Amino acid sequence: MASLAELGRRLRERDRSAAPEALNLIESRGRREDAAALLAEVSPAALGGEAPAHLVGVTGPPGAGKSTLLSALVALWRREGRTVAVLAVDPSSKRSGGALLGDRARIEHDPADDGILIRSTAAGARLGGLAAPTREAADALAAAFDVVVIETVGVGQSETDVADVCDTVAVVVQPASGDVLQFLKAGIMEVPDVLVVTKADLGEAATRARRDLAQALAAAGSGEVPVVAVSSLPPVTGIEELAGTIDAHRRSLDLGARRLAARRASALREFTAERGDSGLRALGGRRAAERLLAGENPDVGVNALIAALEARR
Amino acid sequence: MHRLPERDRPWVMRTYAGHSTARESNQLYRTNLAKGQTGLSVAFDLPTQTGYDPDQELSRGEVGKVGVQIAHKGDMHTLLDGIPLDEMNTSMTINATAAWLLALYMTVAEENGVERAALQGTTQNDIIKEFLSRGTYAFPPEPSMRLIADMIAFTVDEVPRWNPVNICSYHLQEAGATPVQEIAYSLSTAIAVLDRVRPRVPDETFPRVFGRISFFVNAGIRFIEEHAKLRAMGRLWEEIGRGRYGVDDDKLLRFRYGVQVNSLGLTEAQPENNIIRIVLEALGVTLGRAARARALQLPAWNEALGLPRPWDQQWSLRIQQILAYETDLLDYPDIFEGSKVMDGLVDELVEGAREEMAVVAEQGGAVAAVPYMKTRLVESHRERVRRIEAGELTVVGQNAYTGAEPSPLQDGEDGGILRVDPAIEQGAVEAVKAWRAERDEAAVERALDELSAAAADPEVNIMPATLAAAAAGATTGEWAGALRATFGEYRAPTGVGEAAAARDDSALVELRERVERVSEGLGRRVKILVGKPGLDGHSNGAEQIAVRARDAGMDVVYEGIRLTPARIARTAVDEGVHVVGLSILSGSHSELIPAVLRELEAAGANVPVVVGGIIPQADEAALLGAGVARVYTPKDFEVSRIMGDIVELVAEHHEVAAVS
Repeated sequence: MASLAELGRRLRERDRSAAPEALNLIESRGRREDAAALLAEVSPAALGGEAPAHLVGVTGPPGAGKSTLLSALVALWRREGRTVAVLAVDPSSKRSGGALLGDRARIEHDPADDGILIRSTAAGARLGGLAAPTREAADALAAAFDVVVIETVGVGQSETDVADVCDTVAVVVQPASGDVLQFLKAGIMEVPDVLVVTKADLGEAATRARRDLAQALAAAGSGEVPVVAVSSLPPVTGIEELAGTIDAHRRSLDLGARRLAARRASALREFTAERGDSGLRALGGRRAAERLLAGENPDVGVNALIAALEARR
Repeated sequence: MHRLPERDRPWVMRTYAGHSTARESNQLYRTNLAKGQTGLSVAFDLPTQTGYDPDQELSRGEVGKVGVQIAHKGDMHTLLDGIPLDEMNTSMTINATAAWLLALYMTVAEENGVERAALQGTTQNDIIKEFLSRGTYAFPPEPSMRLIADMIAFTVDEVPRWNPVNICSYHLQEAGATPVQEIAYSLSTAIAVLDRVRPRVPDETFPRVFGRISFFVNAGIRFIEEHAKLRAMGRLWEEIGRGRYGVDDDKLLRFRYGVQVNSLGLTEAQPENNIIRIVLEALGVTLGRAARARALQLPAWNEALGLPRPWDQQWSLRIQQILAYETDLLDYPDIFEGSKVMDGLVDELVEGAREEMAVVAEQGGAVAAVPYMKTRLVESHRERVRRIEAGELTVVGQNAYTGAEPSPLQDGEDGGILRVDPAIEQGAVEAVKAWRAERDEAAVERALDELSAAAADPEVNIMPATLAAAAAGATTGEWAGALRATFGEYRAPTGVGEAAAARDDSALVELRERVERVSEGLGRRVKILVGKPGLDGHSNGAEQIAVRARDAGMDVVYEGIRLTPARIARTAVDEGVHVVGLSILSGSHSELIPAVLRELEAAGANVPVVVGGIIPQADEAALLGAGVARVYTPKDFEVSRIMGDIVELVAEHHEVAAVS
């Protein structure tokens, strides 16, 4: 289809109107090959380098104040002239398969502003973790926007997958909810790049939460991870500091290395989700699969890497 | 003693009224008073209620629709022209902008030489129920609560006969609340308000503050239980006054309330039956002297059809007059004293409400518990809808005894409803521009600067600066705009995301299979955008559709209320939805729906649009002609059937098979 190359070109040229169409295609179950072809159009090889977008993961338990936080962050990024795409992932009902995609409602934005796009997606049938179309959507949007946010609900599991896709992962917690602290201590949770404590307007409780988290991080040997406090009620305070911290993290990265590692991790994860452990065994096990991926062209996208694994199966 | 030595005085009789312009509404009020109404109840239009001027974008289609448009003190002068403010008892259904409308009322009184201290009336001013049900909020929760506390602290000495806040259980019932939820959530709201006023007034003033809190209650068709509910509220209110706040003056502990009886139960089918429902509901709040309403307003028989005409409202006023002046209702002491049934019902409700209030308190009080309460209401409402659909709850004319003669009440040329002239809006837009051109601009700017400064300092009472802005000639949109700039904007939780899944029944399972099939055909899961254009905040219908669509297996995008047509169109495209469902109850469908269709077309979205709401039959044809695929009105009470219809429409439009 000529239109796939055309769609890819429009994304590369940062044509906002190409984004919804690309996302519809990526979400279509019957068009996996078309999706792969489209993603090849925005791979590092096609772009001539890594996609310029900053891929930011924002994750945390329900009610932690992610949307209020994102509203303020989006507004700040827009003031700085950066274009923003938000992928809001909501859990699907196990019984009906349907989902209420509510979070976009809470992200305040100007509908006339072409520099912002919000797309809500359902997590789908998968339990926890990130569905392949969400990763693909992020890859497609990364060609067309300056900042791409993946917002997920949960704590303890989903942020690992988000880390496979994003440059910077911020975990959002509210004071007096001990789960993040417990998960950190127990080593269940991957250490995030930035920890955000919301509802700083709660005063004492927020200060305590911030201190406790800093201690838990230090105990986990990650004392350098920044903990930022923001208020949850408008007008939100602490946002400049948070945005600065997120930018600083990105600057500290060897982006090429992180993205490459992320692509390989995503390929392996999605291959395993599709083919199971038996699929992995057919490749000679996880280590062998990792070696295989390391031998592939570093500039191809995740779908091409998965195809390479499939070819050796 | 089974007779009163002297017959009781009747309650204050009002009709919730107002539409179009201040001049037309003033005429209506004078006519209503001449018919024997004893107080005024002012209905404001949605722009006035949410703090926008007629010429602002969100006001489009809403000016003068569900109430009167008031943009400045000049409009208020016109509205109250010839009405003796020192004698009148005026209730204003105004919440987010209550401080502003009270200031306009006070300014008009002062400019007519009436003392503040003589003013009597009520500002509704309960913001929690706006977040939960009615949707005309303007600012985030805490600044909104501060405005309420400021008004109470100000009026308790300055306008001592004014009820600065009318805590509403009314809209909770409309949103689906059970009697226990209605009691628990409204009393929890009262506590949240009182807790915020306490630090703002001297200790010795506080009991009087408690005494000024009044309630606005609903009364449904189960009128015995509804009467028990009011007695239960009275008992709990006294308990709260004594226990939590140390009030010991019996007079100040009295539970004072006004009533509008239930609109939720009024049907579009056989609408003449509604008058009977209204009579019985009115009995529920007047029968027992121990818990009799102090003020009453009754809806009109045709509220599920559209806006009531003066004749419809007169019919409802006559119900009150017959009850008060013809029957022997007011001759006796409390007729339920010693009734085992009544006492038992009251005990039950008190106990249930105490438990639910404890849950709200545990969540940090009514403000923090808004998401919790909202979710519970959405669930209760869904249960009610389910019971009606399943025939477990009988609604005569709707799900039982549906065969009927055509109603002669709807035979007239107007179809039995009031139509607001759409030209009103243009007139209001020009009028407000003319007002701005003629006033002392520098004085207005100074007043608004001072208002912003007062808003930014939570220690300062907002009323003096608000009164100064009113006197200077500022507009509703300017007052609210200054506060929005300081307080920020806010979108209330929709409650739908957290609502528990529905119990499976065969209809739902069958529907789910169809959704699955169509989704397979589409390649993606069926995705629907449920949208509420305009300023109308009555979101129950939209919420029920959203939850049911999720339960049927669709991906649902629901952004809550108050969306511009442009935003709806952009969301439809960005989200890649297969169908758009719009809900409007404010009568602005003829303006807003075509606007959405135009925006969708401009955005290149090829999706069918369905519309639900209070849509008169004549307008239905016009909407279908304009390109709307389906129109649903209150007579389509079976949500499952609507869902099935929508799935079919999606299949048809996108050319996939719905049936295998």
